[in-house]
Amino acid sequence: MSYGMKTFYNGTSFPRSEIPVPDNDTFFQGVMDAIAAGWRVCSYFGVPNAAGAMLYCVMSSRAGSGTLGIIATPVGRSFPSLATACPQLHLFEREIAEQCLVRPEGHPWFKPVRFQKPLCEGEGFWSESDGGGLLPGVMDFYRVEGDEVHEVAVGPVHAGIIEPGHFRFQCHGEEVFHLEIALGFQHRGIERVLIGGPTPRTMHLMETIAGDTTIGHGQAYCMNMGSLGGVFASPRAETVRGIALELERLANHTGDLGAISGDVGYLPTASFCGRIRGDFLNMTALLCGSRFGRGLLRPGGLGYDCDAAIAEELYKRLQAAREDLAGAVKLLWDSPSVMARLEETGTVTKEDAREIGLVGPPARACGLNRDVRRDHPFGIFRMSQIPVITATTCDVAARTLLRWLEAERSLDFIAEQIRHLPRGGYRTEMKPIAADRCAVALTEGWRGEICHVALTDAQGRFERYKIVDPSFHNWSGMVLALRNQQISDFPLCNKSFNLSYCGFDL
Amino acid sequence: MMNGIIHIFLAIVMPPLLLGVIGKTKAAFAGRVGAPFLQPYHDIIRLLQKGSVFSTTTSWVFRAGPIVALATAAVAALLIPFGAHPSPISFDGDMILYAYLFALGRFFTMAAALDTGSSFEGMGSAREATYSCLAEPTLFFALITLSKLAGSYSLSGMLVNISFGVWLNNGAALLLLVGGMFIVLLAENCRIPFDDPTTHLELTMIHEVMVLDHSGPALAIIQYAAALKLFVLGAFFVHLALPYATGNSVLDWGLFIISMLELAVVIGVVESAMARLRLIRVPQLLVAAAILAAFSTLLVIR
Repeated sequence: MSYGMKTFYNGTSFPRSEIPVPDNDTFFQGVMDAIAAGWRVCSYFGVPNAAGAMLYCVMSSRAGSGTLGIIATPVGRSFPSLATACPQLHLFEREIAEQCLVRPEGHPWFKPVRFQKPLCEGEGFWSESDGGGLLPGVMDFYRVEGDEVHEVAVGPVHAGIIEPGHFRFQCHGEEVFHLEIALGFQHRGIERVLIGGPTPRTMHLMETIAGDTTIGHGQAYCMNMGSLGGVFASPRAETVRGIALELERLANHTGDLGAISGDVGYLPTASFCGRIRGDFLNMTALLCGSRFGRGLLRPGGLGYDCDAAIAEELYKRLQAAREDLAGAVKLLWDSPSVMARLEETGTVTKEDAREIGLVGPPARACGLNRDVRRDHPFGIFRMSQIPVITATTCDVAARTLLRWLEAERSLDFIAEQIRHLPRGGYRTEMKPIAADRCAVALTEGWRGEICHVALTDAQGRFERYKIVDPSFHNWSGMVLALRNQQISDFPLCNKSFNLSYCGFDL
Repeated sequence: MMNGIIHIFLAIVMPPLLLGVIGKTKAAFAGRVGAPFLQPYHDIIRLLQKGSVFSTTTSWVFRAGPIVALATAAVAALLIPFGAHPSPISFDGDMILYAYLFALGRFFTMAAALDTGSSFEGMGSAREATYSCLAEPTLFFALITLSKLAGSYSLSGMLVNISFGVWLNNGAALLLLVGGMFIVLLAENCRIPFDDPTTHLELTMIHEVMVLDHSGPALAIIQYAAALKLFVLGAFFVHLALPYATGNSVLDWGLFIISMLELAVVIGVVESAMARLRLIRVPQLLVAAAILAAFSTLLVIR
């Protein structure tokens, strides 16, 4: 069953004329039926036009078939909201309202997402409220009334060195009833700049969508450029891309393990992991000169080749880092006080996780078996698969354990790949991209599923380039994790998700 | 006279060193070099040279907070004997004054925090008030036990009295007290597992969150007062746990200094080896400490 959608595989492109454009009722019914049957929304966005907008929905089938689906429908100034029935759509619908000025009728939580300017001319739904442009964080927050309820507002300026975000807790004593998150302070207008692209600068923009996910987003963009231009990266380039993606995962998972133990006041692991994270970053620097992998990925292949000496050195450093990391992390599991702190903190039930469409480690920590590297393999993962890890306890302990187990698998993967680097060139010359096509690329960044959708116009320029960072799906999970928890557990829950602010704000 | 001068000199100069030793110990466990032993002194001097910022919503209570905290800790330092030497000021019943001096300092710290009107500081005050209530019984059971053992109502009498001989006769009671008082020592001084003095996460802090709005010299006073409180409570604990005495005045001073440094190392080890407790678990541990102390009282009174 494809629910009226065009089905295709990850990393491919097809003419836009192949996208089915049924009437509104068929479209919304199809989306709802597909979600009910276990499909998941990867991206749901609008392209504004004179009458209203054209809505596109990209969905991923249940694990196993490896297919993706796309469907579209034209809407006027409003469209029916499905958020009540399908909570995973709630942010997407608000985003469509904000970007395309079409109202999701009946949305239960109709508020701005990023406080951004619309992509088309016109008056936004919230602009009047402050008499000018939208200011981030200026909106009606949910309030719990009562004598013993108090409100705690945190941010956007925080005590630690983290990105800006505003959090409002409705508390009863130490217990959190509700947390509301307002983001958008880092909105840079990336999607707006991409319209009319690609330009030589586009790759650099992709690398800065979320600085810690340079490879993840870069890979998705390179896949789209490859499929639109009909240029395929060599096996050697694909292997190095995979290695870089896993190095990025290793560095960030290691950093998170350290940060989680730092938050519970357990310093040995925190200090060791801080250093080992640097070791992994330096391995990426070995490949391309940048600790965050800037400049390594380029459409058509790589920016730099990985010669035998580099491969040898990388392998050596990897083995050393593996031992250090295993030692540092073992301390965590061996400390009852640490485990007592992590267990049963910040639980999100499996049902909730499925309903709101969590992705990446937080989803797998809830027992949801989803991983783009296996479900929709791309690049080197078509040849060599990484086993998917899941946990069952759905709490901070599960998310911590999962990070370590994933790190182990990534270490195995890199160690195997680096010793068997395919020969051949590392870069294929890019060709101009095809006109009137649609390309979809999914990658598994370290935070989870990254989805890039490119729609080109008749001149072969981007009419719309839609980016969905995993944080876009997962911030709602953070909110649920805090329900009926101690407010003092917030930092720990936050670290266990470690979501991106700039990746969300775009 | 000489002992009195040494007592006051140590009380003024030594407290920040304990923080330095704790920091160094934690650094060693984390595989780092760590800040120098004298870093806390530099921090305090640096803060003293800065200007102050006072929120316009605060009143005199906010400014009084740090000063009262320091004053109460300083008076308490005069009441507590260091090592085998009696304290400069001592009278029957000074143990009650000692206990409530800290309560007075805490009251002003909490009042100053509430004075800012910040929701974080309000939460911090609520936590501090709850936990200090729970820590108080332990201290009083300890004082009852000790005064019963020594037959004295002054701190100098009851603490200097403890020796290895007393340990031989009342080992069980003293062991329970050492356990209970160590928990209270950590809780009162906001150390792990109760509070993390190095954290910057305003939602999880207890003591640190109450002083978020203080800056410059006021913050320096708070940091120094916290170090002094650790020193004074530590001196009480050292009497219980390490009652060395040689009879030689100079040697006893040396032993006292070494005992205090050992205590700092032990605190550093505890902080390195365990994580913070979940906040809802903190009362359970404090009640356990009170029960330990209550049993020791039972053992000596029966």
